[in-house]
Amino acid sequence: MNALLSLRNVWVEYGDKVVLEKVNLEVAEGAFLSIIGPSGAGKSSLLRLILGQEAPTRGQVLLDGQPLRPECGPDRGVVFQRYSVFPHMTVLGNVTFGLECPAAPLAARLFGGARRKAEAEATQMLEAVGLGDSLHLYPAQMSGGMQQRLAIAQALIKRPRILLLDEPFGALDPGIRADMHGLITRLWRDYSLTVVMVTHDIKEAFTLGTRVLALDKRRHDPHAPHRYGATAVYDLPLRGPPVPAPEPETQPTPVAATN
Amino acid sequence: MRLINRHFSKRDRLIAGGAPIVLLLVIYLIMAAARHAANPSDKILPLPGGMFTAMAGLLTTPDPLSGHLVFWADTLASLQRLGLGLGIATLFALVLGLLIGAIPPVRATLSPLVTGIAVIPPIALLPILFIALGLGETSKVVLIAIGVAPVMIRDIAAHVGSLPREQIIKAETLGANSWQIIARVALPQAMPRLLQAIRLALGPAWVFLISAEAVASDIGLGYRIFLVRRYLSMDVIIPYVAWIALLAIVMDVALNALSRRAFPWAHGDAR
Repeated sequence: MNALLSLRNVWVEYGDKVVLEKVNLEVAEGAFLSIIGPSGAGKSSLLRLILGQEAPTRGQVLLDGQPLRPECGPDRGVVFQRYSVFPHMTVLGNVTFGLECPAAPLAARLFGGARRKAEAEATQMLEAVGLGDSLHLYPAQMSGGMQQRLAIAQALIKRPRILLLDEPFGALDPGIRADMHGLITRLWRDYSLTVVMVTHDIKEAFTLGTRVLALDKRRHDPHAPHRYGATAVYDLPLRGPPVPAPEPETQPTPVAATN
Repeated sequence: MRLINRHFSKRDRLIAGGAPIVLLLVIYLIMAAARHAANPSDKILPLPGGMFTAMAGLLTTPDPLSGHLVFWADTLASLQRLGLGLGIATLFALVLGLLIGAIPPVRATLSPLVTGIAVIPPIALLPILFIALGLGETSKVVLIAIGVAPVMIRDIAAHVGSLPREQIIKAETLGANSWQIIARVALPQAMPRLLQAIRLALGPAWVFLISAEAVASDIGLGYRIFLVRRYLSMDVIIPYVAWIALLAIVMDVALNALSRRAFPWAHGDAR
């Protein structure tokens, strides 16, 4: 199988501090890759690399066989732990924005029929994440769980090749986290997503992932701890790509936002 | 209960807030009455009746020379200068603040210049402005604009620069280009901050206005105050100062109300 995302001998260094060393990784289409590891093991650096927020010091990151430009683009969606949504836009506006960007490069917004069409598509996506009743709220009026649902809808409206999650459920309480696990698993199936998730929560990593990658330092120099970087110390395939969901369902069933 | 946890009801807040003001007024009246008891033609602490008579003339009787109702003409002239100066400063703050805050090359190019202008005491520029632009309206408006714009530009730029990195990354992953990020992400979030910046700039703006009018002018609130000072006309000066205070308070309250109304998401009271 052709890899969707490949990292080839990737190093990330800040000055003389080595964060990641010799990372080789192939992520297949449809995989749900969980990345775990202790604090400071370069989990977030790895994510920023895939996101295009940073370029590797050495090595190559390939998406669909093409080297990544060191800039974020619409082929990669992202959900951060916090600050992923725009506080000055309503829920609907937050999701519609993603459709307005490519369609209106100069006006930066859509009008009339094009706007209604974009809003209808955004509404459908919001219903899929369970926010169908909250279209006109501002993020500050919603709970943390609802804001993360919004951030996911916002990312998915772009149909990204790969969805990056940076501890997306870290700030949520356990009950809501379980709801969100259900949601992300369902969306992953329904939209045939490829997901890379960074998490602190080992249980979460194993519950959601089809593959778990543990980052840590292989070597340690007590006199210069910063001179050795982290790399993948365990790479555990858990299960194959998801069984395609029964086709007849044309549209994902909305779940109610209980949080 | 700790003092820091003691909150007044709305009625108590009004009483508490009004008390010092009323107290000062009463002290003034007692002192003025005492001076007038000793010398009925005292000019230093005029009684309300005296201020009323003096102001009635300025409010309703046209000036024989110019035909203006002096008080209203002064007010209009000063507000026009203040409005133009603040308006120009606001425009600069918005455009330059957004560009400096959002675009690193612009920040590298303009940030030192703005900082350099900001540290010059604007009043020191007044002679230059008078020489270069003449004694007319332009130099006064420009003094206000130059006086308040750098601080406002830096404030907006800092605010835009401190927008969470996550938001900008998110916008990029949604396919937004630089212009779309400025127009749809940075600009709307800079607007409430801009209104706050105008509120804070009002104080200095009034200082520069009164200074410019005091030095060279033939109309305006500051001009009038400095003119009648020669005759010790406290009965005009005090009402003028009170009027300036009232105008400033009204502007401040109006800007705050506008911000709350136009950008409810920024005030946390959308809940």
